[in-house]
Amino acid sequence: MKSLDSVFAAYVIGWAVFFAFYLSVAKRTATLRQEVDHLKDSLNRGK
Amino acid sequence: MWKRVTSGAVVLFLVGAAAYASFYIAPEEKTMRVIQRIFYFHAASAWAGMTAFSVCFIANLLYVWRRDEKWDSLGVSSAEVGLAFITVVLITGPIWAKPAWGIYWTWDARLTSTFVLWLLYISYLLLRTLIEEPDRRALLSALFGIFSFIDVPIVFGAIRWWRTQHPAPVIMGGPGSGLEPTMRKVFFFSVLALHALMVFLIAERYRLEKLRTDLELVRREAEAL
Repeated sequence: MKSLDSVFAAYVIGWAVFFAFYLSVAKRTATLRQEVDHLKDSLNRGK
Repeated sequence: MWKRVTSGAVVLFLVGAAAYASFYIAPEEKTMRVIQRIFYFHAASAWAGMTAFSVCFIANLLYVWRRDEKWDSLGVSSAEVGLAFITVVLITGPIWAKPAWGIYWTWDARLTSTFVLWLLYISYLLLRTLIEEPDRRALLSALFGIFSFIDVPIVFGAIRWWRTQHPAPVIMGGPGSGLEPTMRKVFFFSVLALHALMVFLIAERYRLEKLRTDLELVRREAEAL
């Protein structure tokens, strides 16, 4: 039974690492996109 | 957008099916019993991580040769994704080792070379944060990435050249090695699923890097005005 717990722990922690990595990429992308849009707007207003 | 959603759904289906196959289709191993099921996730993650580092190595070589920033973007994207996979390997390995060997960790050849590989790619990413100038950052990190890749064949060969704590290879391990046919099918399906996840994550991370390059261009344009 303890071994089955270890198997579940390995899968759950492993998937959590992948999920956290995907979330971090998505969050960084959203922040950068906002920054690019903001800069583009500022540039267009300045022209 | 639809292409990304569809590919995400396909990857999710593949990894879900691989997890199902690891638990319900693969037969139970006679010696280690249920704990051996970690193998399908642990070893397949290791293969996907090594592939990601190989992509990084090729991108680093191409950057040094061509000096095209797309290769730098691909290099950093695949290094980060490879690192995520090797982190999973370094977490799932000790979880498997404790019930199988009675210890979480030992400094044997395979475990140590994998840990060194993890440290090398952490250093690769840290190095990039220390250099401001984009061309210099890309060149120095490409050279460091090429150097770091030396450890990949060492990790592969560690269980073939030195007999220490880690089990001998069951795939490409020579005479006497091998897997039961159903286990083999489940393992290669897991390898396929985790490679699909790796490609998906590299594509997502590459988009982020392209956006960062765009931002640098727009900033330069703004500074020039």
